[in-house]
Amino acid sequence: MKTKVFSLLLICFVCQYLTYGQTEDMVLIEGSRYIPLYGRDSTVVEVNDFKMDKYPVTVEDFELFVKESPKWRKSNAIKLFTDKTYLSNWKNDLESKDSVKSKSPITYVSWFAAKAYCECQNKRLPTVDEWEYVAMADETTKDARIKPTYNEQILSWYEAPRTNENIIGETPKNVWGVYDLHGLVWEWTLDFNSVLITGESRKDVDKDSNLFCGSAAVNATDLMNYAAFMRYAIRGSLKAKYSMKNLGFRCVQDVKTESE
Amino acid sequence: MQILTKNQIKMKKRNIISCGALLIMILFMSCKDNNQKKEVSTTDMPISREMKAELTSPPNVPRSVGRRKAKKLIVNMEILEEEGELTDGVKYVYWTFGGSVPGSFIRTRVGDEVEFTLSNHPDNKLPHNIDLHAVTGPGGGAESSFVAPGHEKTFSFKTLNPGLYVYHCATAPVGMHIANGMYGLILVEPAGGLPQVDKEYYIMQGDFYTKGKNGERGLQPFDMQKAVDENADYVVFNGSVNALTGDNAITAKVGETVRLFVGNGGPNLVSSFHVIGEIFDKVHVEGGDTVNENVQTTLIPAGGAAIVEFRVDVPGTFILVDHSIFRAFNKGALGMLKVEGEEDKRIYSGEIREGIYLPEGPGIQNMPTTDEVVESEIPAKSFDEQMKFGKQTYMQTCFACHQAEGQGIPNAFPPLANSDYLNADVERAIDVVVNGLSGEITVNGEKYNSVMTKQLLSSEDVANVLTYVYNSWGNSGKVVTKEMVEKVKNK
Repeated sequence: MKTKVFSLLLICFVCQYLTYGQTEDMVLIEGSRYIPLYGRDSTVVEVNDFKMDKYPVTVEDFELFVKESPKWRKSNAIKLFTDKTYLSNWKNDLESKDSVKSKSPITYVSWFAAKAYCECQNKRLPTVDEWEYVAMADETTKDARIKPTYNEQILSWYEAPRTNENIIGETPKNVWGVYDLHGLVWEWTLDFNSVLITGESRKDVDKDSNLFCGSAAVNATDLMNYAAFMRYAIRGSLKAKYSMKNLGFRCVQDVKTESE
Repeated sequence: MQILTKNQIKMKKRNIISCGALLIMILFMSCKDNNQKKEVSTTDMPISREMKAELTSPPNVPRSVGRRKAKKLIVNMEILEEEGELTDGVKYVYWTFGGSVPGSFIRTRVGDEVEFTLSNHPDNKLPHNIDLHAVTGPGGGAESSFVAPGHEKTFSFKTLNPGLYVYHCATAPVGMHIANGMYGLILVEPAGGLPQVDKEYYIMQGDFYTKGKNGERGLQPFDMQKAVDENADYVVFNGSVNALTGDNAITAKVGETVRLFVGNGGPNLVSSFHVIGEIFDKVHVEGGDTVNENVQTTLIPAGGAAIVEFRVDVPGTFILVDHSIFRAFNKGALGMLKVEGEEDKRIYSGEIREGIYLPEGPGIQNMPTTDEVVESEIPAKSFDEQMKFGKQTYMQTCFACHQAEGQGIPNAFPPLANSDYLNADVERAIDVVVNGLSGEITVNGEKYNSVMTKQLLSSEDVANVLTYVYNSWGNSGKVVTKEMVEKVKNK
């Protein structure tokens, strides 16, 4: 409890109650149970109600963030939390290069930076289960994974080059009212590497939990969901300090925390 | 292996001089060595110095290792996801090792310590890795090389077994990574290298699955369902339909020995590799030590390879095919080896004479000068009948080369559909059917240099089939009569 209060205070101090992340740009996601492609423990997972950003965080949003948070500026960022590519398409500490559109999703950010951004707004990164839960919807259905068109559409987006240069809100919004989960950039999740690395070394030896060759198919629930395989693969290849041209993020908020 | 034994002998000699307990120990060790010769000695094989590996894109192969000693070999490979052309007008986003399909050829020798760095270009969207079948270790390197876009990974392995091996990407979904072109070959030569030959080439077959049918234009995305069903739209050598034909054909001179490093990336289909008009003098079966001689067609499994060698004795164009033959003629598994040099009539004469074979007759009769080919019993009475009979003749006689829609086969057989060559001159067209044609011609701007044999058809049949062709696929709509054919015949 004590640490919680302390960290809350710390966050308040660092962020100075920034309010630029507008909560009206979030939509309510009603929780439920579903079976993801890969799970940690049991196959069925439960997702509670939460709110999710309609759009990925944009370049513009992030410029505002670093203005207020000097420690996340390119030149100040701690090397433990970022790698050399952090904000590498920015011309200086405060602005992105002129070729970068302000309404494009922010990329070249590490997990630590993304996490800090969300916490500043009293939000957090979504878990893999939450993200996948919202992302399995199409324009009309909450779980569109059985539709062949759903999969094909996503795969063709994944194959299209340079989608990170597009601007937000141009792909069709899904049934929850969320845009761009597919079609723009990959997105950081809170527990992005939990599927592959159990965290316990002995268990890792026993269970072939790698996403390579045959092992990839052993634990999967839906062998036709190639798009999801690709997402789990990209998550598995990441480290928290990595930044990538095609990797951005968006935030979520617990519904309960807000009512408290 | 030879060098090794020499080393062992040297060691022994030295030890005898130095004597003592050490001698007994070393002798004991070398006894042990002899018992389990290969593996222990290769693993212990010392490496001298460092060297950057020469990587080549297909169909080229790096220089032979020759007599060089085992070294630390630095291999730097870059992964690129980029758009390319699968066939004329059909684009595809390939995922590549080193910017080509198949990926760069890696040439090593037994005992090399390969330091492999895999770099994933920042523009790429996906993580990748590499599983080299030449690696002894979990995942063939896949685990240690799993790399996100904009990053690189380094791992190292020792080449223990000589042979020709496939490498491929093994990131989920594995099938899709392979289907998009992520495969190549790594050769591990024995000590002293493979025997010298005159020409070496790198050829690798792969099957592709596109949303649109074979030939459908535009950027074609990968079709997952077709891949699962193993229903390939394209089966090609070296990543695209025309990678080994026309100007891209591989070449040799008469009398040279050609060695082909042939791999099969799959993902699904096995290859019945065959060179039309050649017999493989030697085949390293499945890329291993077993050498089979005098082979017509060798089976190359998906994820496998073979080394084939043959001496070319006569000039001409030799067609490389997957002898699952519809793949060659309809899906693209066709390449060309052009051989230049002096003809040798003792080996191949070319056509000497043509005759008519009558099973009941007293022997082969020469073709009469006058037209005695039996006229069809029911002559066509109308244009419609001419079209109907003409189509039948076309399907029996012309279809195999000129194809169902008269589209021909690029670089081999000219199209009849919308054909400027055909429409320009009716008499010439009749002459081609009646007397055959060989040599270079230009059809719709493309050059063709092949042979059409003289067709044994009655004047009536020639008239019908040409009328059919002239009135199909956007041609000029001319009607050819029996009389017109006779006129050409009697010239």
